[in-house]
Amino acid sequence: MSRIELKHIDKFYGDNHVLRDINLVIEDGDFMTLLGPSGCGKTTTLRVVSGLEKPQNGIMTIDGEEMINADLAYYAEPSKRGLNLVFQSYALWPHMTVRENISFGLKIQKLPKEEIEKRLKDSLRMMRIEEYIDRYPNELSGGQQQRVAIARAVASNPKLLLLDEPLSNLDARLRIDMRSELQRIHRELGTTIIYVTHDQVEALTMSTKIALFKAGELSQVDAPMDLYMNPIDLEAADFIGNPRINFLEGTARYENGKLMVKCELSDYAFDKADMTDEPIPNGEFPVVVAIRPEQVHITAVQEPGSLPVKVYANQPAGSETLVSLQAGKSDFLSKQIGLAQYDIDQTVYVHIDPNKINIYDAKSTRLIKRAH
Amino acid sequence: MKRKRERRPFNKTRLKNQILNVVKNPFNMIVAISLVILFCLIVIPLLQMIASTFTLARAEAKRYGGEVGDFTLYYWRYILVGKLSGATLWGPLKNSLVVGFFTVIVSVPLGSVLGWLMVRSDIPGKKLLGMLVVIPYMIPSWCKALAWLAVFRNKTSGSLGFLAGMGIPIPDWLAYGPVAIVLCMSLHYYAFSYIHVSSALRSINSELEEMGEICGANKVQILKSITLPLVLPSILSALVMTLSKSIGTYGVAANLGSRIGYFTLATKMKTFINGGPQGVGFAMSLVLIGLAALIIFSNQRIIGVRKSYATIGGKGGRSNEMHLGRAKIPLMCFLVVFLFFAMVAPMFVLVMETFQVTTGNGYGLNNLTLYNWIGTLDEAQTYTSMEGIFRNAEFGKAVWNTVRLTFIGSIITALCGQFLGYISTRGRGKWYGSATEQLVFVPYLMSGVAFSSMYVAMFSQPRLGGLIPSLYGTFTLIVLTSVVKHFPFASRSGTANMMQIAVELEEAADINGANFWQRMGKIVLPLAKNGFISGFMLTFISIAKELDLIIIMMDKHTQTMSYLAFTYSQEGYNQMADAISVCVLLFILVCYIIASRFGADIGKAW
Repeated sequence: MSRIELKHIDKFYGDNHVLRDINLVIEDGDFMTLLGPSGCGKTTTLRVVSGLEKPQNGIMTIDGEEMINADLAYYAEPSKRGLNLVFQSYALWPHMTVRENISFGLKIQKLPKEEIEKRLKDSLRMMRIEEYIDRYPNELSGGQQQRVAIARAVASNPKLLLLDEPLSNLDARLRIDMRSELQRIHRELGTTIIYVTHDQVEALTMSTKIALFKAGELSQVDAPMDLYMNPIDLEAADFIGNPRINFLEGTARYENGKLMVKCELSDYAFDKADMTDEPIPNGEFPVVVAIRPEQVHITAVQEPGSLPVKVYANQPAGSETLVSLQAGKSDFLSKQIGLAQYDIDQTVYVHIDPNKINIYDAKSTRLIKRAH
Repeated sequence: MKRKRERRPFNKTRLKNQILNVVKNPFNMIVAISLVILFCLIVIPLLQMIASTFTLARAEAKRYGGEVGDFTLYYWRYILVGKLSGATLWGPLKNSLVVGFFTVIVSVPLGSVLGWLMVRSDIPGKKLLGMLVVIPYMIPSWCKALAWLAVFRNKTSGSLGFLAGMGIPIPDWLAYGPVAIVLCMSLHYYAFSYIHVSSALRSINSELEEMGEICGANKVQILKSITLPLVLPSILSALVMTLSKSIGTYGVAANLGSRIGYFTLATKMKTFINGGPQGVGFAMSLVLIGLAALIIFSNQRIIGVRKSYATIGGKGGRSNEMHLGRAKIPLMCFLVVFLFFAMVAPMFVLVMETFQVTTGNGYGLNNLTLYNWIGTLDEAQTYTSMEGIFRNAEFGKAVWNTVRLTFIGSIITALCGQFLGYISTRGRGKWYGSATEQLVFVPYLMSGVAFSSMYVAMFSQPRLGGLIPSLYGTFTLIVLTSVVKHFPFASRSGTANMMQIAVELEEAADINGANFWQRMGKIVLPLAKNGFISGFMLTFISIAKELDLIIIMMDKHTQTMSYLAFTYSQEGYNQMADAISVCVLLFILVCYIIASRFGADIGKAW
């Protein structure tokens, strides 16, 4: 249980500036996910928190206690920070059995024997791998090794648990199982968790908060659904969501307290109340209209407010159907639950709730109209 | 938003913390100590030797006037422009280059073809042949020279060899000198090309060749335009290794050349270092080092990083064999004949000679004896003036020295190698990692004789104001030389070993509270154990074989089996010399068998 605060963290590898002025507060009990494409600095941030990397600038505190003060060249040792880390590769010691792997750190802390045994058993029970206690890592499957790695990390009762892409080496089914497992652990232990992933589904399903990284900078920190509903810029919007969000080019003008938007689908007018604090250019300016595919509802007959479009392609996949549509020169995608059948080149009608639309300034790429 | 690494104003706490960060981390201390030691063991001796070629020594000061320690160009003038420069430098240099050149011409194609046959063709009996083909490499090159003498010796050296004894006249040019040296060395160094090329071929995915086949190329075209270019970098590097090694080889050239006054740079150099003026010897050794460095660096220039795709394809698992068709039987015969003449026949003659009363006198019962092995002095008058080697105290001492040197030397070398490997893997991309790698690489540039002459120059007198006593003639110096000379190899195997231990394993221990020593003891060492043992065995064998490296420093008290065999051969006790080399061979073979039990790859030994 702890509150972590990163202030103005900078990390360089030679001349390579990999973390740029990172400021992040992780509240006690948060499940904070660091999300971003590979090479964006999320793992480096995790390693800075863990103490395996030393940043050149900045301060980090855990529960108010200074762990990093780059100005004073002070870096607390990893083992003095009250945390534990699960590596992407698991980093299980191949020459030790599961028992030895888990009790290694406890023995180094010189805990009494009964206490070690108790923690060992508890963490094994929690990860449901009691029967593998005397096996060596190479005698376990990937999923089991994963559980051992987590058991080893939680056995030390960390105030803060760091997870570095722990699910990336598992197959799709195991990954879904482990997601619920991790959520449960978070609940049971009440530990603060920092979780690194490039998989947005993991981020959206498990976290209480997501920090979105972009090229060494933090671009957005929000609750998962806020991040999904209102990505702060075009890049974030493009990154979050599967299938990808639809972008349609358009123009906008701010007049009489209303944002008037034109695109090939339709014309819209949005209230000032829905707009962000981003500066609005004068006169007419190019915008990007962003619509989530599941917000594009298809009807076979025209209803009030619906627009005629052409079916370009149809991809039924059982539980959902993706329909590629064309309006003028713009392509966009609709996602429907369940099976649906459309003919190619068929004309259909789509209905989109203007409240669910995001508008981005094409030039600055920033969000100027929020969805709700 | 963009922030630069700023220079902060001076701050006491910051400075204190910075110093603590460095000092409290044992890894930093180990790196610092290792770098200092490497510097003292490699850079300083080299500089010292360079300096000594410009400093007047006592003998020359007395003879030609001037003060001891004066700056002088005498030694360089002596070898470069002096009256004797032809006989001292240019003649031997030419001989070295000729020998090196022809050794390359013979051994590289031989090794490459053998490598291709073993990996890519459907030649029968591959497993057995593949094993036999590397055996000549396990035999020290000076043993081969002795075997050559056993076969080809003629009247020039007093006693006859196998062929001369059968009445076949053997001319001097065949028995001794360049032809003999080239053939002996080729039979040794073809293994470089064999090992390089076969491992390159193994790593090339045969799909690359199959694609050529699909495109309609025939076998010759595929070989010429796909396979050959892909293995060319490894052939070139084998070529370079062969060239630089053969130029610096001492044992073969001395055994086969000195008798008829055929000197190479390495053998001539030794006469100067042992007989003086030493400065001349050191200058020649620098020439030798410069030559090797030039060859190796030009190779790196030419091949560079771009073309070193020898290990491309990684998968390589599935490799289709090329059908030799009608060529199968002739090639097979060629291999068998080659192995017979390269290995079986000379070894047979060598072993048989140890049982002969008079060499070259046939294997009749009246000419066979066990005297050379277990003879006593009272039988001696009919033979030589010495006891058989198993009764000979000198031999006993030599065995003890060999065992002592190999054990102590290889344990230290292997340990250092693991440490150096640890530093260079964990410091990869950092200055101390590359500094370590480069320092460790330096002994590789030097041939054995050149390297040891450097150590003689360094340690023949007390250094650092008596802190390092004069080690000349001591066993310690021999161990030290063997250890440092094998650093490149040992640290390479250490690096390979440490690469297999992921950094995360250590980081995980770090986070769990293990300090540096606990991480070393509980994580790194247990995981490095197997690699350590195989690295140790390979160094062990390599030190056991060694003659060139330590020959300058040997005397009656410190001599090893290799050296004793060499002296006996020089003094004309041929059967005794042969008997000792048979012992060395057995020792090495046993070591190889043990080493391969631990998964050591012979191909990785130099």
